[in-house]
Amino acid sequence: MAQDDANVIDQPEVMTPRMVTIEIAGKKVDVPEGITVVKAMWYAGMDVVRGVGCLGGFCGACATYYRTKDDPKVRTCLACQMAVQDGMSFTMMPPFPARKATYELQKLQDPKQDLFNLYPEAPLCRNCNACTEACPQKIDVREGVWKAVFGDFKSVSEMFMDCVMCGMCTPVCIADIAPNLVALYVSRAQGAHFSEKPVGLDVRIKEIQDGQYNEEWDKVLKMSEKQLAEHCATVK
Amino acid sequence: MDIHALQQIVHKTRDARRKQTIPKFAPTERDQLIHKYHPDFRASAYRPIKFGPNEGDKTVMELAALLEGDSSIQDHADLTAHYTCDVLVIGGGGAGCAAALHAHGAGAKTILATKLRLGDSNSVMAQGGMQISVAPEDSPVTHFIDTLKGGHMENDHALLKTMVEDGPSIAKWLLELGVLFDRQADGNLHVKKGGGSSKPRLLTCSDYTGLEIMRVLKDEVINQKIQLLEFAAAIELLSDEAGNCTGAIFKDLDNQRHVVVAAKCVILATGGIGRLHIQGFPTSNHYGATGDGLCLSYRMGAKLAHIDTFQYHPSGAVYPEQLIGQLVTEGIRSEGGHLVNATGERFVNELDTRDVVSSSIIRECEEGRGIRTMSGRVGVWLDTPLLDAEHGPGTVEKHFPAMMLQFERFGIDISKDPVLIYPTLHYQNGGVKIDTNSETNVKNLFVAGEASGGLHGRNRLMGNSLLDLMVYGKRSGLTAAGRVASMKQGQLTLKHLQRFRAEAKKHGNVSGVISPMILPAYTRKVN
Ligand SMILES: Cc1cc2nc3c(=O)[nH]c(=O)nc-3n(C[C@H](O)[C@H](O)[C@H](O)COP(=O)(O)OP(=O)(O)OC[C@H]3O[C@@H](n4cnc5c(N)ncnc54)[C@H](O)[C@@H]3O)c2cc1C
Ligand code: SF4
Ligand code: SF4
Ligand code: FES
Repeated sequence: MAQDDANVIDQPEVMTPRMVTIEIAGKKVDVPEGITVVKAMWYAGMDVVRGVGCLGGFCGACATYYRTKDDPKVRTCLACQMAVQDGMSFTMMPPFPARKATYELQKLQDPKQDLFNLYPEAPLCRNCNACTEACPQKIDVREGVWKAVFGDFKSVSEMFMDCVMCGMCTPVCIADIAPNLVALYVSRAQGAHFSEKPVGLDVRIKEIQDGQYNEEWDKVLKMSEKQLAEHCATVK
Repeated sequence: MDIHALQQIVHKTRDARRKQTIPKFAPTERDQLIHKYHPDFRASAYRPIKFGPNEGDKTVMELAALLEGDSSIQDHADLTAHYTCDVLVIGGGGAGCAAALHAHGAGAKTILATKLRLGDSNSVMAQGGMQISVAPEDSPVTHFIDTLKGGHMENDHALLKTMVEDGPSIAKWLLELGVLFDRQADGNLHVKKGGGSSKPRLLTCSDYTGLEIMRVLKDEVINQKIQLLEFAAAIELLSDEAGNCTGAIFKDLDNQRHVVVAAKCVILATGGIGRLHIQGFPTSNHYGATGDGLCLSYRMGAKLAHIDTFQYHPSGAVYPEQLIGQLVTEGIRSEGGHLVNATGERFVNELDTRDVVSSSIIRECEEGRGIRTMSGRVGVWLDTPLLDAEHGPGTVEKHFPAMMLQFERFGIDISKDPVLIYPTLHYQNGGVKIDTNSETNVKNLFVAGEASGGLHGRNRLMGNSLLDLMVYGKRSGLTAAGRVASMKQGQLTLKHLQRFRAEAKKHGNVSGVISPMILPAYTRKVN
């Protein structure tokens, strides 16, 4: 494999990493700098079952609190997406017993009003902004809660598209609101009740039901392997 | 050299490249390329399976060992049921949720058991979108043809026809559940063009399609009060005297106890195999993608299809180290992103099928036109800033927020700098052979989603998996639920396992591993 050495990335962080000392749930361990928090736990010999899901930053299973050296501020991250630095301490967030309302979405008569029956705590937001600060996906959670309460379901559904349901916005809420669950309800209601019906989709479903493609199917499915290959080549 | 210095060539050649069109390979060229460079054709990575329903068929070493592996259940294990239900769904990804919702909706007493939490799966990560022929210029037949071409003509026609025809009604179901697909100004569904497709056909929810669908399906599973068993890993199936499937044994990962579930029908929706790291490849898959469903079904006597072919997604991240193997969505290429080698040249039509694009990236790297990192990895550039240049500043940020955030966490702005990529193990093209009701050759054993096989032929087309999950999740759920009313719960025995063990013994018990794997062994042995 002839490789021109001019094409090598040799920045320090991809060269052999140095070891750093971090704290995992109060225990000091030495791990290579820059690996993810989840990998650091594996490196330290811990079996991880709860706390890992997708390993890609999408499922929210790895919600974690962390603090960097000498900084009093405790922050949040997704452990599978966070690189460790020297002196960092972290602890995974245990499952939080937030209350999820259950509902028959399609049967709701007035979803904007129903919000207050399903989540009566939602309008009690005290504007502390702790939820926004806790969100590893950088969603303006507080703003979202207000928008939900004021019935701007469309904005909420757009703002929370990034929500990985990690739940980190919930334990911090002084009004016992679970903002992500409120937003999930609101987003679903927006989709099911307040979005335009796509006309083209119904047309296509009807075409299929009416057998409009049957003739073409017959033709295609009766072809020999060779004919089919030739036919495929003409579709570009 | 500094990464920024190496990236200069991408910036410098951008304008010239924008004027180029790279033709797709002619069929013979394409076949030559794939045969020479695609990992599926590395003969030394393969061996024949020694016994069982696919005796003599070749697959990768990693999988062969697991398929021939032994069960952790003893012959005389206590099989008293802890739970009894009509339909047992195993796996909490897209296929499992769709199956459970439909089975429950049709009146069956349903249990959904899954290895991690509900929704921790490959499904949440799907970014690129879902193929459904909704555009006026498109049709189910065209969808069928495109998929056949992508699958090298080896797709099961009946499965494929069913999927493309059920597609539009699946879109409607998801919309009714509140899934927020992107729209055009006139309210119709917005469709994007995906690699290997002749028409724009990808339905998207920003670049969070899988996450959005899964948020909604999970919520609905909970709303419907479907019984959930989380952190329950299926480790063996159960059969009656006639060899029909009658339930499963789980390991509770919190306390290591065995949990026996009796069911009239079982739907396996356990997903893919990325975490087997076939041929040493990194993977885009979730933690639990260890091919468990294949092993469980194989021991029951279910036949597998196309298990010699895997999809290596062209664009897995190579840099930074923390993101190795993670996907850089194909959407970037759909929107016109170029692949660029170390000399600043394009080398493939970026919208060709995944096997072709991956093979050509491997070719560039093996022939010395790759960019190497000091940790020994190699890759080529994906010109992400081109999207802003082409469609206006802010395009990358607007269309790929998930991608932006992922790299931003490591100080990389992908709208300004190209990313380094190399193929990553992504998808199991084959799996357990099913019919159009999603049932296997073992009666009352259904398999849905990535764990099933036949539909995608030798190469799945982008966006077809999400549709596959919904269509066959639904079909398995409805067929199973439709059957249980007139059925009695069968006996719970391990007859199939005794048969399997006898065969393994005849072949010298060579595998030496216990399967299924459940979770990959990433924990370092610390003395
Ligand atoms: C990063 C990424 C991006 C993708 N993007 C797209 C895309 O844009 N479009 C598209 O169409 N496809 C895409 N795919 C492919 C698609 O997402 C997957 O093929 C699909 O989600 C598989 O769904 P599934 O329900 O079959 O399996 P999964 O979603 O993986 O779910 C399987 C479930 O079964 C559980 N399980 C596994 N073993 C056991 C066991 N022994 N016992 C109990 N439970 C078990 C798992 O934990 C998991 O919950 C992508 C895949 C990945 C990884
Ligand atoms: S809104 Fe809440 S649940 Fe969603 S990502 Fe932010 S912190 Fe996590
Ligand atoms: S944490 Fe609770 S009270 Fe504070 S802003 Fe957020 S929702 Fe309101
Ligand atoms: S494991 Fe899924 S977000 Fe980290």
